[in-house]
Amino acid sequence: MSDLVDAFATAFRLIVDLDPDLVEIVALSLRVSGAALVLAALLGLPFGAAVGLLRFRGRRALIVLMNAAMGLPPVFVGLVAYMLLSRSGPLGLLELLYTPTAMILAQTALVTPIVAALTRQAVEDLADELDEQLRSLGAGFAQRAGTLLYEGRFTLATTLLAGFGRAIAEVGAVIIVGGNIAHLTRVMTTAIVLETNRGDLPLALGLGIVLVSLAVLVNACAQGVQEVARRVES
Amino acid sequence: MPALLGLLLLLAVSPAPASAGDFLTLAATTSTRDSGLLDHLLPRFQSRTGIEVRVIAVGSGRALELGRRGDVDVILAHDRTAEDRFLAAGHAGLRRDVMWNDFVLIGPASDPARVRDRPGIVEALRAIAEAERPFLSRGDASGTHAAELRCWAAAGIPVAASARGWYRETGSGQGATLHVASQLDSYLLADRATWRSFRSPGTLRILLEGDPLLHNPYGALLVSSARHPRAKEALGRQLVDWLVSPEGQAAIGAFPSTDDPLFHPNVRPSAPQTPSGDDPA
Repeated sequence: MSDLVDAFATAFRLIVDLDPDLVEIVALSLRVSGAALVLAALLGLPFGAAVGLLRFRGRRALIVLMNAAMGLPPVFVGLVAYMLLSRSGPLGLLELLYTPTAMILAQTALVTPIVAALTRQAVEDLADELDEQLRSLGAGFAQRAGTLLYEGRFTLATTLLAGFGRAIAEVGAVIIVGGNIAHLTRVMTTAIVLETNRGDLPLALGLGIVLVSLAVLVNACAQGVQEVARRVES
Repeated sequence: MPALLGLLLLLAVSPAPASAGDFLTLAATTSTRDSGLLDHLLPRFQSRTGIEVRVIAVGSGRALELGRRGDVDVILAHDRTAEDRFLAAGHAGLRRDVMWNDFVLIGPASDPARVRDRPGIVEALRAIAEAERPFLSRGDASGTHAAELRCWAAAGIPVAASARGWYRETGSGQGATLHVASQLDSYLLADRATWRSFRSPGTLRILLEGDPLLHNPYGALLVSSARHPRAKEALGRQLVDWLVSPEGQAAIGAFPSTDDPLFHPNVRPSAPQTPSGDDPA
């Protein structure tokens, strides 16, 4: 019990003091997971919309794969990314291993399936209602996809938040391709693993509380933006 | 098109390398990081040479595997047998003894197998096996795991072959294994540095120490650029040389204090030791 009290006290102290190491770690977490989310959105939204709208051979199998890929184990993705980026791997020339860029790439691979699969479902549902109308208006494929993505924007915002949540919370991939190097690739989750291994449970828990608070803050901001947007529209 | 856009964005968001200066990557056994030793040593090395050292802290087995793939430039390990294999395979051109400490047998203060009374580690392990008291192995090919298996072999108990109820592998690092041991009142072997810097020991205590079998030497290996063309052998050599230099050795022996260091420097000053802190010329 006293451990938990200690943890909250530690979390509070870390936040109030704006501990410089903590600020650095939080900033890197946000930068890595934020960049991964942007990339995943750029890849996943158009891909998901295309699969939602088009009819082609093998589509059902593709949808099963997309949905299954939402559950890709981070540690597996990290391992594959490591093998690719290793100096003796095919992309070793890029010297990306143990850099934030490597972490962004690995998290993009984790988040893109979530964005794509949920976008596909949202677009397909909306297409049932609206696509016939759009076609009758003579809209082209890109216009139809764009309109349906716009109509589904609030659902898709939640999709992106889910993707961000997955990225910022995972540890398996970033610890392998990032290496948890102090001041370079250490993020919230890998710092928690480190402090747990050092046996400093109050500090580890404190960092965890900061991470959860951060997630709540990000989601509250997103909620606020959505509400303002709805109000402006109506 | 989106893929292209993504690539452009990636280039835009990728941060520039943390420093424009030289850096090398060191795979170090977790005990040297978790105890704080590297935080004590590396800033001194950097201010001397200007070389930034990026530390990947993993067990010795994994550290050597990273070296085998050429992903790190220097390795600090404590598994002499595996280190020698690594050298023999040509992955490293140089190995230097850097420092040593020892392993300790840890267990619940109540000591149900009565290992405290045993003369050495072999007798203590036999007592645990006979009493079938829980023993936790790292099981992760780390230096500590290798040392533990050597001790069991010396005791003539085939633990690895027979998965018995009382012998469990956590497959985790030293810290994680200590957590499990403190919850399950198990015995385990740990390196003294990690044990002393571990913050939540619970009822665990050191029950046996000082057996010669528990000697724990650390070596530095320089990954060969002949074998791994992108390995930074010239920078790595500076780190290995510094670690065994009088300055590096003195820094090791002064952590956390000269009276009671966690790691003992390997290269003794050539001048005879005097009881009070001498200053050999």
